[in-house]
Amino acid sequence: MMAQSSTDRDYGNRILDIQDLAIVFGGRRVKGEIVGGLRAVSDFTMAVPEGGLYGLIGPNGAGKTTVFNMITGVYQPTEGEILFSGESVIGRAPHDITRGGIGRTFQNIRLFKDLTVLDNVRIAYHTHVGYNLVEAMTRLGKYSAMERDLTERAQDFLAVFGLQDRQTEIAKNLPYGEQRRLEIARALATEPTMLLLDEPAAGMNPSEIEQLMELIHFVRDRFQLSILLIEHQMRVVMGICEWITVMDFGQVIARGTARDIQNHEKVREAYLGTTVEKGLRSDAAGD
Amino acid sequence: MRKKKVSRSWVPSLLMAVGVFVVIWLLKTIGLLSMRWYLILQMAAITTISALGLNLIYGFNGQFSLGHIGFYAIGAYASALITKDLSAKWSGTQVGGLSWIMAGQLGVLATLILANKLKMGPRLKALRKRIGGELAPYESGTITALAGILMLVVVLAAGVVVAVVTHWVFFALFSGLVSILPKAVEQPIIFFVALLNGGTLAALVSYLVGLPLLRLGSDYFGIATLGFAIMVYTALQSGDLVIPTMKGARGMVGIPHWTNWGWAFGALVLSLFVIRNLVYSSYGRAFLSVREDEVAARAMGVDVAQMKTMAFTFGGFFAGVAGGLYAHWSGFLHPSSFNMIRGFDPLIMIVFGGLGSMTGTLVGSMTIVIGLELLRNVLPSGFEDWRFVIYAILLLMIMLLRQQGLLGTNEWGWLKAPLPPERDIPVPTQAAVEGEEGA
Amino acid sequence: MRQSSKMLLRIIAWLTLAALGVGILIGLVGLVRVQGLTYFLQALVDGLRLGFVYALIALGYTLVYGIVRLINFAHGDVFMVGAFTSFYAITQYGWGFVPAILLAMIVCTLLNVVIERVAYKPLRSAPRIAALITAIGVSFFLEYFTALKWVFGADYYTYKQPFEVQVWNIGGVLISNITVIIIAVTLFLLFSLQYIISRTKMGRAMRACSFDKPAARLMGINVDGIISATFAVGAALAGAGGVLYAIAFPQIWTFMGVMPGLKAFIAAVLGGIGSVPGAFVGSLLMGEIDVLVVSFLPMGSRLRDLFAFFVLIIVFLVKPTGIFGEPQVEKV
Repeated sequence: MMAQSSTDRDYGNRILDIQDLAIVFGGRRVKGEIVGGLRAVSDFTMAVPEGGLYGLIGPNGAGKTTVFNMITGVYQPTEGEILFSGESVIGRAPHDITRGGIGRTFQNIRLFKDLTVLDNVRIAYHTHVGYNLVEAMTRLGKYSAMERDLTERAQDFLAVFGLQDRQTEIAKNLPYGEQRRLEIARALATEPTMLLLDEPAAGMNPSEIEQLMELIHFVRDRFQLSILLIEHQMRVVMGICEWITVMDFGQVIARGTARDIQNHEKVREAYLGTTVEKGLRSDAAGD
Repeated sequence: MRKKKVSRSWVPSLLMAVGVFVVIWLLKTIGLLSMRWYLILQMAAITTISALGLNLIYGFNGQFSLGHIGFYAIGAYASALITKDLSAKWSGTQVGGLSWIMAGQLGVLATLILANKLKMGPRLKALRKRIGGELAPYESGTITALAGILMLVVVLAAGVVVAVVTHWVFFALFSGLVSILPKAVEQPIIFFVALLNGGTLAALVSYLVGLPLLRLGSDYFGIATLGFAIMVYTALQSGDLVIPTMKGARGMVGIPHWTNWGWAFGALVLSLFVIRNLVYSSYGRAFLSVREDEVAARAMGVDVAQMKTMAFTFGGFFAGVAGGLYAHWSGFLHPSSFNMIRGFDPLIMIVFGGLGSMTGTLVGSMTIVIGLELLRNVLPSGFEDWRFVIYAILLLMIMLLRQQGLLGTNEWGWLKAPLPPERDIPVPTQAAVEGEEGA
Repeated sequence: MRQSSKMLLRIIAWLTLAALGVGILIGLVGLVRVQGLTYFLQALVDGLRLGFVYALIALGYTLVYGIVRLINFAHGDVFMVGAFTSFYAITQYGWGFVPAILLAMIVCTLLNVVIERVAYKPLRSAPRIAALITAIGVSFFLEYFTALKWVFGADYYTYKQPFEVQVWNIGGVLISNITVIIIAVTLFLLFSLQYIISRTKMGRAMRACSFDKPAARLMGINVDGIISATFAVGAALAGAGGVLYAIAFPQIWTFMGVMPGLKAFIAAVLGGIGSVPGAFVGSLLMGEIDVLVVSFLPMGSRLRDLFAFFVLIIVFLVKPTGIFGEPQVEKV
């Protein structure tokens, strides 16, 4: 029995409601059950409150990104339910889910490397492009006005993230920190109501992490959205997340606020004896 | 304050295009340009159009298609069938080819639209799900397959009805038109219509071929499309069994020589215009995003499958038009012009010029076509076969020494990416990042 | 769902499947009866002969793909070089069968190793398509270079069989010693290959490299060497295949490798690319399909290539990993 979970507490609307999620890779279906294969996630239950900053943590290989991939439709779960704003996302195509309001970033930055910074953002506006193919090919009709609008929106958006001066740079030439920022900006350009961040602090030094934490708070407040993030680095998690779910071996091992988790026995075990506190201390020492 | 920068970058490029056109035309008229080279230049332009189509599919959208020549062949034969009928008998009543081809396309379109409206795919899936719980997999699978076949028959029948009906409508319409218009006006119109139909038919086949194949990744898609091209080639060899005029392996003769420098160059300029505009629009950016990273593109809301289909269809269209121009340049069509070996030509050209660069394709195609012909002159007699060896070595050298091709992703003149209009971008007071310290 | 509807659906499904089964049976029987049983068996035997030759080529494709994920487009042309090498050995220098086939294998091995070092190795870290395009370039080069007058020439040459052809008539079915030799040599080579892969150190190393090259390197395996060895083995088999093919179909020309190469590739895909037993099974199937199409379909000889690619497309759509293949999940 784990510590009293926060899902039982009433914390308002749940923007994301996951119940008993499971996925098996490989394996065979024998009379309705799946036999064999790799059970990457099982009995996973989690709920993100609207407007909340939620963290999903756990050691490497725990299945966190797999959960993200199921939320965004990249993988189809074999069991369970994922409700976003009350509607199921299972069986929907990834681009459809994005259009429905879920944005995400990736563990290894997946920018459109050979495209410009501006183009990376402008692609977010393709769904509501405002002109059709014929107008695009002939440059007649609504093209000029819509394209200018689109471009200005993208530029203004970049300005919010301090990237407006980089708009014509090729994305792969940006320094790492700016690439991460661009990836977040790009995901936000799709105007999501929930943002999934997959290890946004990966590869960052302490000062960059500080900036990132400020950025995440800023994003949540300015864009009025809910944020679910996967992260390894304790300082980030403890510093930002209001609620946390801890995973290991594909299952939930703990759930609660930062303080609940800090002192949780199973969490300590999972991180191989390095307590959460120790983790904070070693982070501070600049590992 | 917003300032809109008025773009004048198209002027020099347009002037250059006009210049090239006029110069070549003058040289030919004066007699300084031999007939042989005049024809070669036309062929260079035609090849470039086809290559531009492939560049759209592979260079910009990232789908490695080896089947491009199949669509080129379809365009060639389709347009030839249309014009051969007409030019052979100027009595004006021989519009059968045109009306059938147009009616056929409409029929197929009707089938596709109906299938889409009926939501065949999702409905069959839902059916499978509903009965799958009750029955064993092979039982439910069979029932679903039966239902699918039934729906298919209905939809196809509807398409056939549409085709037959529209055929008679077109036949009457065109026969009437053809008898009214004077020949001089008629010829370019018919040629235009024939080319257009060659293109649309190729595009339609592209769409159909793409439906099952585009979901395959990288090299598998290449091999599958190669298979398609070989199937087209094989079909062409026996084509006379279905349509006698095609003459199959004996070769189709008597196609009117209507392609000239004006048509070829004009079509090239128009193709560049359309493709360039497409690439620098939101659709083009979507194509590029699919090439760059499909997973990320989906996460950005881009319907990757739809974009792949769009690019593939457009690419096929240009191949078809180029094929039509080729048919009327050559006057004679033989399946061997569309065999697998020739099938690699467009690929080699775009790789040589630079994938993802329209200027690169232009330069690459022109260089290769003209270069191969020059080599024929330059090489001592008996060594002409070395041309192809050199061709192969050229490809190897490009892949090993300069993979990005001649131009890489650079563009020249009007084909360059337009810069975003200059404006003072308002920096919000509450920005995400305050005081950049060169992070 | 109501019991009655369920029953009805069940009945419909079973009727359809039964009709399908009966239809296939009638089709097969009709196929046999249309030209007689001997004709059918003859076709099967000829298909087997072709299938075994395809197997030699297909193994080269599957081994190379398994280790470097490259579709070696030039493989069919290596096969052609094998045929031509033995042709010259036999006709110009009067070599016997065994020396000729050994020579072919050696020449092809050397050729493929050179090709690998010069053209493919530099592109190992490049995107897969780049290597594929290069393979296409190598293929073209081999075809056109050998077509030059002072190399092999562009004509069709009649291959001289290095031994007396003997034909036996078994119940109406004609089996020549060519067929027997092809099957015997192929089986021998296949067993040798299987032995190498499963019992020798090099074979273990090859398998390790096909699973995880960096790990293999860390284990002290000379990965580059193993890759070259794989190309070498594949080429030796293809070279032998070229000789056997030329003996069975004694017309050779420099583009002879194109179609058999593609069909052997399809066979490898059908069986599951990367799988050795898959390549064998797939090849036999492709050989049979090829001969059956030619023997039974009107205009079959024109349709054989079309059918081969039709098979490929079906495989890609239904089970891209082939009969023995394993699905690969992309990690996002």
